[in-house]
Amino acid sequence: MPPIADSILILLLLTNFFILGTANIRSAIRGVALQGLLLGVLPFFVESQATVRLVLLVIATAAIKGAVIPGLLTKALRDVHIRHEVEPYLGFVPTLFLCAAGTALALLFADHLPLAAADRTGLFVPASLATLFSGFLGLTTRRKAISQVTGYLVLENGVYVFGLLLYQSMIVEVGVLLDLLVGIFVMGIVLNHIQREFSSLDTERLSRLRE
Amino acid sequence: MSAILVITGVVLCMASGLPSLATRRASAATTVLIVAGGAIGLIGAVLGLIGGTAGLSLPWHIPGGALAIRVDALSAFFAAPVFLLAGAGGLYADRYWPAARMRAGYVRAFFGLMTGALALVMCAANTILFLAAWEIVAVSSFFLIATEHELAESRSAAWIYVTASHVATLALFAIVVLLHGFTHSWAFVPLAPGSGALPAGHALLCLAFIAFGIKAGLMPFHIWLPGAHAAAPSHVSAVMSGVGIKMGVYGLVRLLSLFDAVPSAFGTTLLLAGIASSILGVAFAIAQHDLKRLLAYHSIENIGIIVTGLGIGALAQTHGQPLLAVLGYAGALLHVWNHGLFKALLFLSAGAAIHSAHTREIDRMGGLGRRMPWTAAAFLIGAVAITGLPPLNGFVSEWLLYVAGFTSITCSPHGGPSLLLILVVPALALTGALALACFVKAFGTVFLGVPRSTAAADAREVPATMRAAMAPLILGCAAIGLVPALFGPLLGRAVHAAAPRLPMAATLTALLQPIQTSALIIAGIAIAAVLSLLALTRRAATALTWDCGYAAPTARMQYTASSTARGVVGLFGWAMRPVIHGPRPFTIFPFAAAFESHVPDTVLDRALLPVLRGARWVLGFARYFQHGRMQLYLLYLGVTLVALLAWSAR
Repeated sequence: MPPIADSILILLLLTNFFILGTANIRSAIRGVALQGLLLGVLPFFVESQATVRLVLLVIATAAIKGAVIPGLLTKALRDVHIRHEVEPYLGFVPTLFLCAAGTALALLFADHLPLAAADRTGLFVPASLATLFSGFLGLTTRRKAISQVTGYLVLENGVYVFGLLLYQSMIVEVGVLLDLLVGIFVMGIVLNHIQREFSSLDTERLSRLRE
Repeated sequence: MSAILVITGVVLCMASGLPSLATRRASAATTVLIVAGGAIGLIGAVLGLIGGTAGLSLPWHIPGGALAIRVDALSAFFAAPVFLLAGAGGLYADRYWPAARMRAGYVRAFFGLMTGALALVMCAANTILFLAAWEIVAVSSFFLIATEHELAESRSAAWIYVTASHVATLALFAIVVLLHGFTHSWAFVPLAPGSGALPAGHALLCLAFIAFGIKAGLMPFHIWLPGAHAAAPSHVSAVMSGVGIKMGVYGLVRLLSLFDAVPSAFGTTLLLAGIASSILGVAFAIAQHDLKRLLAYHSIENIGIIVTGLGIGALAQTHGQPLLAVLGYAGALLHVWNHGLFKALLFLSAGAAIHSAHTREIDRMGGLGRRMPWTAAAFLIGAVAITGLPPLNGFVSEWLLYVAGFTSITCSPHGGPSLLLILVVPALALTGALALACFVKAFGTVFLGVPRSTAAADAREVPATMRAAMAPLILGCAAIGLVPALFGPLLGRAVHAAAPRLPMAATLTALLQPIQTSALIIAGIAIAAVLSLLALTRRAATALTWDCGYAAPTARMQYTASSTARGVVGLFGWAMRPVIHGPRPFTIFPFAAAFESHVPDTVLDRALLPVLRGARWVLGFARYFQHGRMQLYLLYLGVTLVALLAWSAR
């Protein structure tokens, strides 16, 4: 595993902390965009030779994950007129502690997983698990629907890193990207509708809909 | 050859509704398709019964699944009446539910789907295909029961049906998985000897009792049956009752055929449940006011008789009494055919009466015999058959079970299967007598006397195609009743397929020979009696009935459904808990008063629904966890995943 890939993965872990630690939704979205760019260029340092397919994939991933989706989210944020504060259920410091604990556990846990020898080296598996966990934290501790979307994106990035282990079947990842794009569109539409109906994006106020 | 014909029949039946769905004018095409499908499938099933086993297999993209059908004697035996009733029902529906009537395409489409899938259930060689076909039957039956879904009664019947059906399917899933655990195959493969004694074997049999018991409408699992059969269109009720509930019986027989011996407790359970169903089924039938509900309760009774036979067979097989086992299985299997024939005949003729009188209430009919002589004759033939009177078919199968009951007494002293078998003969006799009382009430109130409503007075005989649909059923009833020995070899093959490890102790032809002679004699006497009665009636003068001097008799002064049944309902009051509203007259000149009595279903209305209401109250506390916070829902998911991961990594 080339060392550059590991460095990128460490950057990825740092962005996790940034996304969970920031109080501003706009900077959380920027963090997601940065993560998307990092993941976009990651395949370059994994594959040994650069093919046309690889280049296209890198461009597509970086564009969608790094620009299109964050752009859509920023636009949604502008359209729905809400305050740009994250409003977590759990304070920032405990969240960061949990994230740190999760990352440490992921590193420990990955050593005990029955993996193929080629996958043992490098940070791929622990980074993927840690990102999954951070995304999950984001999903469960944030009050506003839009910051839940960022949590979901981080979770999805964790899945993407794991998927990179299967170099040969990159085509699957393109499929995932498409899914994601559709998911974001749907979420954007839902968000707008929620805003229009309830004049709020606070999911707590949606508990009336539980029936 | 037989497999190809059967699968062609299945496909034609299932596709028969498509033209009607496309356009109303194509309703004739539907009728042609389903009658052709029924005929081709019937020929295939009969060939399968006469010739050897045939199979057909196509690949299927479902894990473990294969589009494999196998027409052995048992499958052919159960599939034959399905095809016969599909054709007859399809022909009947042509005028009973004409294309101009509301939801005609809907009824035709689901009817075709249900009958085709039903035949597929009986012939599936693969358990996954069996499950799939089973669910198609269940879902299409649900839609057919809900045909008139603007009525609250139909909706509730449909929901109760779908709930019961889901419970059965859940148990069936477990059965399929357990079977795979035994045989490591998704086909129906015989289990290793002694499997019945293992804990997994016990579980399999318990689940089978529940799954197939619910489907067959065995007491106490019958809750869905009366409402469903009453709410569905009559030709659908005929198929559901005549052959639909037999898929439970088929499942039970097919499963029994895989075991070399089942524990005595299972045979005893079948026997007792069968006896309880037959007696209580007919007792509840007597108390009904709705003609189709009455027939539906008779289905419970007849399923009881069939399951009693299976119980005798299973017990005798376990205890090494081959003659007794053959008698039990033969009686049960022949009753499957017989009940299919006469119950379909009864539902179709009752449907004709309902069609003409525009009501299902027995107490609003009356005098239909004079207005609809063909329908009345068909109903009477069905009634004689179902009450087990010679010379019709019901007598033949019940006779086999009587013989089994008497045989069990002679072999009891030498370590016989069970003393409980002594119950069979009195239980059958009681059932038969009560059934006779019930049909005296039903036939008398509906077809005799004078009309109780203007609709009944204006009733006209139904069109020829509807009567023609009943003809093959009447022929079947008469043929099995008059020349049962002819069916001996076919029945023998089916019994052998149902219990492959059982030595055939006696040929059924020889067993059936004596009743053939007596049936022919009785038929001769009966025909002579009817002819002379008709000759006498022609000469009879018409006059008013002696009315104790009361000068203004009305149609309402006749025996009604509830007054005829009152005595028997009183006897069974401990089980039926009849509800009677009405003031007792206490002065010499009483005021105007109303009287009403009805009998709710004891298991459904007095046991199950109160329990379910209690359960809903208790489970209401679970709503504490359903608070509407998405974040916490996600946390539940995450915690569950981590717990599962930890558990699997243990």
